[in-house]
Amino acid sequence: MSAVTASRWERFRDSYLWYSFRRDKVAIVSLVVFVAMVAAAFLAPVLAPTDPYDLAQIDIMNSELPPAGLAGSDPAFPLGTDAQGRDLMSTILYGTRVSLLIGFGAVVLQSLLGILFGLLAGYLGGRVDAILMRIADVQLSFSTLMVAIIVGAIFKASFGNLMFGEIAIYLLILIIGIAEWPQIARTVRASVLAEKKKEYVDAAKVMGFGTPRIMFRHILPNTLSPIFVIATVQIANAIISEAALSFLGLGMPETQPSLGSLIKSGFDYIQSGSWWITLIPGLVLVVLVLVINLLGDWLRDVLNPRLYKG
Amino acid sequence: MSTAQETLVDIRGLEKRFDLSGGLLDQLRFRNGRIERHQEHVHAINGVDLSVTRGEALCVVGESGCGKSTVARTVMGLLSPSAGEIHYDGKRIDDLDHKAVLPYRRKMQMIFQNPYASLNPRMTIRQTLEEPIRFHQPELSASGVEDKVAEVMQSVGIDPDWGKRFAHEFSGGQRQRISIARALAVDPEFIVADEPISALDVSIQAQVLNLMMDAQESRGLTYLFITHDLAVVEHFGTRVAVMYLGRVCELADTATLFSSPRHPYTQALLSAIPRLEDDRPNHIRLHGEVPTPVELPSGCVFHGRCPYANDRCRQEIPQLIATDGGGQVACHAVEEGRL
Repeated sequence: MSAVTASRWERFRDSYLWYSFRRDKVAIVSLVVFVAMVAAAFLAPVLAPTDPYDLAQIDIMNSELPPAGLAGSDPAFPLGTDAQGRDLMSTILYGTRVSLLIGFGAVVLQSLLGILFGLLAGYLGGRVDAILMRIADVQLSFSTLMVAIIVGAIFKASFGNLMFGEIAIYLLILIIGIAEWPQIARTVRASVLAEKKKEYVDAAKVMGFGTPRIMFRHILPNTLSPIFVIATVQIANAIISEAALSFLGLGMPETQPSLGSLIKSGFDYIQSGSWWITLIPGLVLVVLVLVINLLGDWLRDVLNPRLYKG
Repeated sequence: MSTAQETLVDIRGLEKRFDLSGGLLDQLRFRNGRIERHQEHVHAINGVDLSVTRGEALCVVGESGCGKSTVARTVMGLLSPSAGEIHYDGKRIDDLDHKAVLPYRRKMQMIFQNPYASLNPRMTIRQTLEEPIRFHQPELSASGVEDKVAEVMQSVGIDPDWGKRFAHEFSGGQRQRISIARALAVDPEFIVADEPISALDVSIQAQVLNLMMDAQESRGLTYLFITHDLAVVEHFGTRVAVMYLGRVCELADTATLFSSPRHPYTQALLSAIPRLEDDRPNHIRLHGEVPTPVELPSGCVFHGRCPYANDRCRQEIPQLIATDGGGQVACHAVEEGRL
């Protein structure tokens, strides 16, 4: 029997996930673009012509050079330079890396919090459920960005600009992660409520298994598919949130620009004709968020057609 | 059968109510100019006394909603009783905490109704069977666990080589065998089976039933078997308890019950079994509906539909009394000799 000895890879190849992926052109293109962008971003130190963090490689005389093909361009800077004379292509590669790190980090954090609180609320029910879900409701009634702005402003004021710059990436992960956990907690709770009525949970109770074992080993694996969908879409949301915070000056400092702070730094020069400093990172951001959202849409259709669009 | 009639599980005065009225705020009603607290309960079990003798298969029958599944789940500790006691081998188990009840978890196991929901869809069959063995016998080596899994799989007729498969790769009958294997994996003495074959195809029902009977013989199991299928009871049960609206109305040996039912409800229930030789079916027609378990009728729960009911039946709750056939029946008419 071939099915008995099927390896994980064979199981995956026979699965509906792979079948529907192969037939969905949008998903294939999105994944290819996404993987290319992630690879380029994390290989930035290898791929980038210059290191934008190294002040010795920057010459202020090269500032605001236009991209290749325009009058006054320099072949050494194919996408032009920003107001400080940094090569825009290198800065975008490094900036995409920062944006992706914050996006993934924030989603990991909010998934951990959301799964833990969602499982506790759904499985234990009663008072625990009421308290956790009211906290989530209170948090959802604020705009995520507003919470992030307040927390970001407090941190920035208490740490000072220099210190804030050094730990900005961790702070942003923390702020965005904590601000967005209720989304995941609610989804997990809803799946747990459905799963815990099933007889396999009763069977585990009759075996005498403890509550943590039933929650994490038996119920959690059965609630993972909606979490995947939400988490994918939330990566895009986190990247957007980070860009918005950076644009408002509460995110990454200009010495370690993310896509958002690059857009902001170029925004001051748009009126003076240097549109590329804002436009090119903006396009990269749009493409990145778009492919992640398209992948999330595809995942949602495959894993759970009834799930509400996150 | 063991010579001594040793009681293994003893259920005494068991009651289970489910609260319908919700939170405190929902309970407050405004009536006649003042606020009153109003609570509603579903009375799923109203004073059930049953004792299961070691080595027997006690069947509990009754129509849907009569509380038979609630009895099973309360005995297993999935629900906590509102009143009454459950004793296992002479010791009270319904008030024990999680740690103290663990040894009994190994001795008492349960088989569920729906084979499609009772196996974890994300675990392979081997994982499903290994986990309880590792949990209850941590001293066993890896190969010991493997041998044990292979042994229980073989004993329910599932090829041990199929252990790497997931539950959805099996048919309903196979899944129910795997559920039985999971229950047997911890070497229990007592198994509660909550309608284990009612979700299966008729051709598979007999297989699973025979498997359970073989296991009973080879492992000396005791069953509490919940069902609504009277043909199964006749085939499987040593004794039968008939339930109506959360109470036991008759308890007797299978043969006695089927040949001479005493309680009017049992008589009606048995007359409803379709028989091949019946050319003119003349089953007893009961009038009306089963009353709602939210507001229980006074006296005998069956009096509203009983053709023999009198004033005493409407006021006084009948207790189980011994009959000359060796069984017990809760009926004033039988006690008074009117029936």
